[in-house]
Amino acid sequence: MKILVCVKRVPAPGARINVTEDGFEVDSTHLGFTTSPHEECAVEEAVQIAEVHDGEVTVITLGPEAAEEQLRYAASVGVNNLVLLPIDEVDWDPQRTADALTKAITEIEISEGAFDLILFGNESADSGGFQVGIRVSHQLGRPIVNGIKNIEISDSEVEAHREIDGGFEVYKLPLPAALGVKEGINLPRYPTMKGRLASKKVELKTLEFSAENGGQKRSKLHRPQEQVSETVILGTGPEAAPAIVDLLEELGVLQ
Amino acid sequence: MTLLVLCDHDRGVVSDSAYEALTFAKPISDSENISLQAVLIGQGAEEAAKSIISFGVETVNIATHECLTDYGPEIWGEAVKQIANENAAKIIVSCGTDRGNEVLAHVAARLEMPFLANCRNIQIEGNSSSATRIQWGGSLLEDVTSNAEVQIFSVEHHSTDPQPLSASGDGRIVNFEPDLDSQLTRTLVVDRVVRTHGITLTTAPVVVGGGRGVGSAEGFASLEELAEEIGGVVGCSRAVTNNGWRPHSDQVGQTGTRIAPEIYIASGISGAIQHWVGAMAAKNILAINTDPEANMVTKAGYAVLGDLHEVIPAITAELRNRRNS
Amino acid sequence: MSDFPENAKVVVIGAGIVGNCLVGHLSDLGWTDIVQIDKGPLPNPGGSTGHASNFIFPVDHNKEMAFLTAESQQQYGDLGLQNVPGGIEVARDEVRLEEFRRRMTSAKAWGIESELLTPDQVKELVPFINEEIIIGGFYTPGVSVVDSLETGTQMRLRAQDGGNLEVFANTEVLDIETTEDQIGIKKVSAVVTSRGRIEAEYVVIACGVWSDRVANMAGATIPLTPAVHQMADVGPIDVLAETNNEIGYPIVRDMDTFCYERQTAGSMEVGSYAHRPILHHPDSIPSNEEAALSPTELPLSQDDFDPQMEQAIELMDMLGDAEIKYAIDGLLSLTPDAMPVLGETVEVENLWSAAAVWVKEGPGIAQLVAEWMTYGYPHLTDPHGSDIARLYPEERDYEHVCARASEHFNKTYGIVHPGEQWESNRGKAKSPFYSREEELGAVFFEARIWERPQWYEHNAQLVEKYGIQERETEWDSRWWSPIINAEHLALRENVGMVDLSAFQIFDITGSGAIEFAEYLAVNKIDVPVGRAVYTPWLTQNGGFHSDLTMMRLGENHVRVVTGAFDGGRDSFWMRKHMPRDGSVTVVDKTREICTIGLWGPKAPEVLQQLTNLDLSQEGSPYGHVIDGEVAGVECSLFRISYVGDTGWEIYTSWEEGPILWDALWETGQEHGIVPVGIGVYGLTGRMEKSYRLMGAELESEYNPVEAGLARPKVKAADFIGKDAYLKMRDEDPAAILCTLTVEDLTDSQGRKRYMQGGNEPILTLDNDRIVDSKGRVSRVTTAGNAPSVGKHVLMSYLPPEYAVEGTKLQVMYMNEFFPVEVAVAGSGGIFDPDDLRMKG
Repeated sequence: MKILVCVKRVPAPGARINVTEDGFEVDSTHLGFTTSPHEECAVEEAVQIAEVHDGEVTVITLGPEAAEEQLRYAASVGVNNLVLLPIDEVDWDPQRTADALTKAITEIEISEGAFDLILFGNESADSGGFQVGIRVSHQLGRPIVNGIKNIEISDSEVEAHREIDGGFEVYKLPLPAALGVKEGINLPRYPTMKGRLASKKVELKTLEFSAENGGQKRSKLHRPQEQVSETVILGTGPEAAPAIVDLLEELGVLQ
Repeated sequence: MTLLVLCDHDRGVVSDSAYEALTFAKPISDSENISLQAVLIGQGAEEAAKSIISFGVETVNIATHECLTDYGPEIWGEAVKQIANENAAKIIVSCGTDRGNEVLAHVAARLEMPFLANCRNIQIEGNSSSATRIQWGGSLLEDVTSNAEVQIFSVEHHSTDPQPLSASGDGRIVNFEPDLDSQLTRTLVVDRVVRTHGITLTTAPVVVGGGRGVGSAEGFASLEELAEEIGGVVGCSRAVTNNGWRPHSDQVGQTGTRIAPEIYIASGISGAIQHWVGAMAAKNILAINTDPEANMVTKAGYAVLGDLHEVIPAITAELRNRRNS
Repeated sequence: MSDFPENAKVVVIGAGIVGNCLVGHLSDLGWTDIVQIDKGPLPNPGGSTGHASNFIFPVDHNKEMAFLTAESQQQYGDLGLQNVPGGIEVARDEVRLEEFRRRMTSAKAWGIESELLTPDQVKELVPFINEEIIIGGFYTPGVSVVDSLETGTQMRLRAQDGGNLEVFANTEVLDIETTEDQIGIKKVSAVVTSRGRIEAEYVVIACGVWSDRVANMAGATIPLTPAVHQMADVGPIDVLAETNNEIGYPIVRDMDTFCYERQTAGSMEVGSYAHRPILHHPDSIPSNEEAALSPTELPLSQDDFDPQMEQAIELMDMLGDAEIKYAIDGLLSLTPDAMPVLGETVEVENLWSAAAVWVKEGPGIAQLVAEWMTYGYPHLTDPHGSDIARLYPEERDYEHVCARASEHFNKTYGIVHPGEQWESNRGKAKSPFYSREEELGAVFFEARIWERPQWYEHNAQLVEKYGIQERETEWDSRWWSPIINAEHLALRENVGMVDLSAFQIFDITGSGAIEFAEYLAVNKIDVPVGRAVYTPWLTQNGGFHSDLTMMRLGENHVRVVTGAFDGGRDSFWMRKHMPRDGSVTVVDKTREICTIGLWGPKAPEVLQQLTNLDLSQEGSPYGHVIDGEVAGVECSLFRISYVGDTGWEIYTSWEEGPILWDALWETGQEHGIVPVGIGVYGLTGRMEKSYRLMGAELESEYNPVEAGLARPKVKAADFIGKDAYLKMRDEDPAAILCTLTVEDLTDSQGRKRYMQGGNEPILTLDNDRIVDSKGRVSRVTTAGNAPSVGKHVLMSYLPPEYAVEGTKLQVMYMNEFFPVEVAVAGSGGIFDPDDLRMKG
């Protein structure tokens, strides 16, 4: 079973995200970088599937050279193959990203055989475009469902659960297929020290692809206006209970 | 030319999100002077169409096809694409729900057009638009421009207050049968499993949230009790699910569930941004925290300073007292 | 969210371990109206305390730090916030084992139980260790782990419950306001915060890595730099989880890899001081809001940590399979000399620093600073090594701070010799003779910023002449040369010239000069013009603050000459105590006046050839200064000696100094003159005469009576510490400074060993520590060769019952015992006890 996971390197911010002076990117002066959380879970899921189904996991990312860090991290938790599509710009727009990924995946599949399953994150933590996985799958002609929080593999199909309000929907996709994974599907493992050290020796393949700009173009990033709210202190400790219940009554939430 | 609004519904019951999208789209169709039309797909669409017409929409397109038995992102995307082509859609809008974003992404992929997810506002001029959309779950805003013959975008959920549209004349319902390849049924929902009956995190009028301050899985018992007493549900922060105290489905936040209850009671939650963006759509927030400087306290409309393990049971007791007297 | 006050007696900035303990101690000492602020939230505002490893290894070679650490352990223990799992330092090589023997010695000095372990014994205590790669361990059962955050909370509560403290979290300092008095001394007046402005009589900066930045707002400096200490938390690990304990196994310090392994419940924390120094500028530290974890928990720079992971796995294989749950580049504060920066800032009155402090010494240092603020000088222990005033402006320079911090970071677990010299950023202050000294092969040692020749390779041929032996062990010969002893004997035989230009010279002038000078000094300064007085300056409590020379040069002119190590502290002390009415001016003349010491039996002959001045005992009496031309250069000749032979300190202008040097050098040739380094001046010469040294024998914990420096009479004028001084004179001293000779230097391997003066304990013949009635341990304050008498000589305070000439005791060195004998109790040297040579 061959599994591909597409990941994105994103900053790991604190409570306030600053923007660079030109407004074009997140100011990462103080920040570390991480794999976008949904995708971190996708990597974990792929590794778990591979462990059960005697599989092989490849992780691919389109990003700056420094995204090697996220690829190595993936290797440190058990991923076998690493592919970097290096870009010079901050970010490519979703269409351009999808085109490049599609080309890269196609080429890898031609030389090394098709992936049975491609996992994406539901959306990236930073830009939140909700579309790259869908565009890639569409171009590859593979089925894809987003919002997946459970995956079961059988011979020719994959059963996937998608969380909805109060329950879940069940999908059964014929393989090869793609899924957009959501955090909560698993609790990703941390790398072990040995895993980390071994990850440094995993070969990293760099592929270069050009792709045309899509229609979406960033002008600038900015922080929303801080909501200045005057906090009404209802009281201190359990003595505040009557005031709280008064508030609940006032809001009409007590049936 | 038309502006199409993809409206979500659950077996005939139109979602609030659909009304949000319609409310958002109306002034755009007015200023562009193009027809505002709704799109409905799936079981119960006829029933939903009535509600949408009474909301003020003039034309509702219902996609009907033997393959459209249930939700399926690919087949829905294909259906919407065909409706768009049929009606010379210039703009396609949905609410930025899971489904809304998913279907529009499929539409965009098929039309080879850009798709702007989760916009707060948008100005359209000819083939270009400039929009402000959310990043980082709303912690950052991105101003973008888009050049496309068909403008496709979703509206950030909970950012618009649904208002009935002022429409002239009676609305009409148009059935449209797209030409669908049965292969696309491969991503149809084949089953639905209900885990919870009744209210959920997204529908509850009251959410009682707990964070790291709760201290343990057992610590949530008093929150459960209050939630039950009040008719609400329990939510939690990412720290809680990471510690394994609650299932991920209870997580409120950027990577969990976005909630919009009448009141969110956030207890023992410091208010990290990750959590805040999932809770900020709540109409009211009451923070319970020992630290008067906690982010959640300073951002909340209401706060009680104190140990949640004392305050929460006291609220439950007070509610019971009042009910009994 | 109470209203922010408009004024306070004292504002403490920072709510880490130091700020929190400080408010508690200030409250205990009677301070009221304390306001504490921190820009972060409580209980963890995001500074270094929040991510500290919280363990305490109590054995330290440095007395000041050992005492403060012991005191801190006591305080953590009293609060019930301390576990004592013990700790083992393990050695991977033989050099480290030798260091452990030295640690055993320091442990003995401070009365800390400790033991050397074989690898198998280590394995018994830490079953998951790989005993194959270690060759021994140094076990301290008293190693503890503390809860620094809860301790801070308790200390705050103590002050709050007393009604003496208000605390404001999330309150950022925006500015510190000062006023300036008529003589230009700045004084703190208010703190401007994000919540409003608060006027304060005192302000204490206890904000760790941010301290310098905050001090800068007032125009003050607290020289330190934020630096990275990497750590990772790995787990879960079954064997640790099974202890069901926050910490069930001893903490292991893998000394030769500069790493530690410390259990935290079911996980192991691996920390490192081995990576390249990674310094951050205070302005580049993220705010609480910007930081993903906290401002001082930055993302791990993984590549730097990888080698440590390999070493950790090598030591404990189980760590390799544990998950890395948390890993950071944690920030801590490094100063230019690896010691804390405490006390009143030199630039701004009533603005205090309590920074560059580790959790291990936090509560003790907080008490020290609180006492300092309360009494004028602390009682707990002598703080001169931590006193922020010790640092010259050149040491506060950002480049210097970074250079030295980078140099000593990797010595955190290193083996640091007592004589260890800095390598980086040298040559900041050079005497006018520097190039001549270089030509003579001077080996320069640094006295804070001053380059001084320790010995001259030029004199190497004298080694053979005097038959000086090399030392047998590398350790004893490190930072030492037999040339020192040769120079010593050459001076004794003929004459030597010593560059003393690093002397710190201050001129006190003005109508109030004499009165002020009297107020500083124990001995009478109001003496005839031309007399010079050697005198202690005391703390309010009667201990030594300084020990220096004051020259009456005019009706209203007193010159202060003090050592290169003490210029900063002494000039600050003068500024702090000087009258503010303009009646006194203090001017630093250090860089205008240079000094050559000319000593030895032939010194008078050499000098007389160059001057018409009457150099007889009548014309140039001991303790007097005469002015006149030497070699055509205007000089002041001060007849005095710190080496035990007759001669002068010759002062002249910086510009004309080289003329004087050349004249002495050339004229001295026929008399066998040698350039002599500080190795003689500061050690062998003075040791033969038992001359005391500030910072070694003389410190605030001891007084002039104990040091044998009390004069028969007490002057009428008032002076700092006078009440205490009068009192101590009426009491029997609890200890007397003695000079001891080592009777046999041979160790168990048959090698001659030479104690270094690194606090080696003096023991009874039963191997017991000697502690005086004030609880002070007898330890070596200075150790050095006495080449003229062929002995190795030690100085140590001994209780009166031992301070009897002829008493036989032992000294411990490198975990072995050597016999010693009390040669002199009180003042007076073992060489030329009647000072016949001084009279020429």
